[in-house]
Amino acid sequence: MIAIENVHKQFGALHVLKGVDLSVKKGEVLSMIGGSGSGKSTMLMCINGLEGILQGRITVDGVEVHAKATDLNKLRRRIGIVFQQWNAFPHLTVLENVTLAPRKVLGKSKEEAEAIAIEQLSHVGLKEKIGVFPSRLSGGQQQRMAIARALAMSPDYMLFDEVTSALDPQLVGEVLDTMRMLSKEGMTMIVVTHEMRFAREVSDRVAFFREGRIHEIGTPEQIFESPEKPETAAFLKSST
Amino acid sequence: MDYQFQWRPVLRSLPEMLWGALQTIEIAGLAMLLGTILAIFLALAKRSGKTYLSLPADMWIETARNTPALFQIYMLFFGLGSLGLQVGSYAALLLGITFNNAGYLAETFRGGFAAVPETQTRAARSLGMGAVQTQWHIVIPQMLRAVFHAMTNQMVWSVLMSSLGVIVGLTTDLTGVTQELNVVTYRTFEYFFVAACLYYLISKAFTLSARVVAWRLFRY
Amino acid sequence: MYFGGSFSWGDFLFLLSGAVTTLSITLLAVVIGTVLGVLFGLVRASAPGWIGNSLGAVLDVFRSVPLLIQLVLFNSFNSMLKLNWPTFTVGCICLGIYASAFCTEIVRSGVDAVPQTTRRAARSLGLSWRQELTSITLPIATRVVFPSWIGLTLGVMKDTALVLWIGIVELLRSSQIVTSRVQEPLLILGITGLIYFVMSFPIARLGNQLEKKWGTQ
Repeated sequence: MIAIENVHKQFGALHVLKGVDLSVKKGEVLSMIGGSGSGKSTMLMCINGLEGILQGRITVDGVEVHAKATDLNKLRRRIGIVFQQWNAFPHLTVLENVTLAPRKVLGKSKEEAEAIAIEQLSHVGLKEKIGVFPSRLSGGQQQRMAIARALAMSPDYMLFDEVTSALDPQLVGEVLDTMRMLSKEGMTMIVVTHEMRFAREVSDRVAFFREGRIHEIGTPEQIFESPEKPETAAFLKSST
Repeated sequence: MDYQFQWRPVLRSLPEMLWGALQTIEIAGLAMLLGTILAIFLALAKRSGKTYLSLPADMWIETARNTPALFQIYMLFFGLGSLGLQVGSYAALLLGITFNNAGYLAETFRGGFAAVPETQTRAARSLGMGAVQTQWHIVIPQMLRAVFHAMTNQMVWSVLMSSLGVIVGLTTDLTGVTQELNVVTYRTFEYFFVAACLYYLISKAFTLSARVVAWRLFRY
Repeated sequence: MYFGGSFSWGDFLFLLSGAVTTLSITLLAVVIGTVLGVLFGLVRASAPGWIGNSLGAVLDVFRSVPLLIQLVLFNSFNSMLKLNWPTFTVGCICLGIYASAFCTEIVRSGVDAVPQTTRRAARSLGLSWRQELTSITLPIATRVVFPSWIGLTLGVMKDTALVLWIGIVELLRSSQIVTSRVQEPLLILGITGLIYFVMSFPIARLGNQLEKKWGTQ
């Protein structure tokens, strides 16, 4: 379980998170929606310690993320993250991209790591591409590779940060399909997204962020069909 | 033109000149190696944001880039000599080119580090890789590609600069050997023409082998 | 050992006159190098492949052989052909040709930086090849390569130090002459270095700033 309690964060004078409380259970799919600058992406970066926090507490299965004694590298093995800019390692082949972390971080042998990588790459439909360099892939393929790269560490949680925002419209579908598949397999996921239809379809719960807080949270039906707050309704209206 | 070319004595001294060429390669290579190591420290010192580190690094870099290489060699040869530190012509040349290489390469490396996006580090750290692993497997390989071309050029510069040793009295590198032969025979054109050919071959050998290495290394 | 006197005002003026020689050679060499460089560069950029490539290969020789050797060869040419040019002229011409080899590549990269579509658009408006070159390509290319051209000029200035080997008294040689009298090499070299620095650094900074400013557009 991921538990977030009263988290605050500041970038200089900018107060981006102003007390966020949230918990995500095993097997749950939570979507975070909201305007740009509402703090949802920053929240995601805090969960695996890529960003520090000013105040509050985030625990992942009881381990406090921002405690001094926490070994972040160890914690991050269990939390996969996929970024908006897919961040493929350009100097490594698709296979090497996926095997690097299992080998260097988990200490797996080359054969073991390659077996895992091939399994994950087949899973996201990239089995034919294992020998090529990322520059030869489309954006959608690179993003699916990034998902396979994160999955190869067999994480307990997957975080997705606007993974389709930088893609050409015709490539969005293949990435969403991959995520849909993961959610069906029972992966615990936190998804920051602008794809409202997708959020509605796959999420167990949807959180609407506004001005550094969770303004409203509930089931997709609740949020999309009968939002309690007028700002939620206004946001949904503007983004469809 | 009533000048009579005489190539035979030059051909006879070719082995000597080839030995000189070997010394040229040795000096240029050593100066490049030492210069690269120093340049990494200079680039890190400049990035550190601490004045007591970045100021001396800045002075080094700007002196190397804004004064002639020959001046830098003179400083080591004549300047240090007046402080009682007797530096031979070989050492003055080697250290002078090293100083120059380090200054130029430091700027190259600074640009190289900047050429690897911060997001690459993020992606690597998010997979649980440590800081050192991230530098070693992700940042440095990509930086190397960004600076490789500039490093090849600097290597050629290193070869060309090594010819300056003769001005502080070095007699064992290619130019030095050539000058020694010239002083005895006065066949200036012939000797220096052959020396020019050898320098051209050395420069091209470095450029071409760098291209092969780059082709092998940077397939992406 | 004490040969005669300490560093005097006269010595300083002597160094400055050396600096003037350095600047004169730089100026003449850069003018020669730029004129030839633009000419060769346009040939490199627009002539049929094999002409451009052979010109490139020839000029590459000047960039792959030490300038010192080129100076010696030029100087011995001068006496072999009984031209009896003063060494100053030899130095300027040799440095000028050397500079042109670098300038050619700078010009070529500038012309290459102008998008083909821009050039086509100009031609489709009815501009002739020459009109297009002078009113579209060259203005754009000049802006692109100006910082590298400044770099080349400063490079030539630093390389002028080598002409002392064929007997021209420029700044660095002047400093040695003064040293032979005053016997304080570190002080005099320090002052000499400072003069070089003052001549180079501000212009180098300007070049960097222009590069940053124009590079982002």
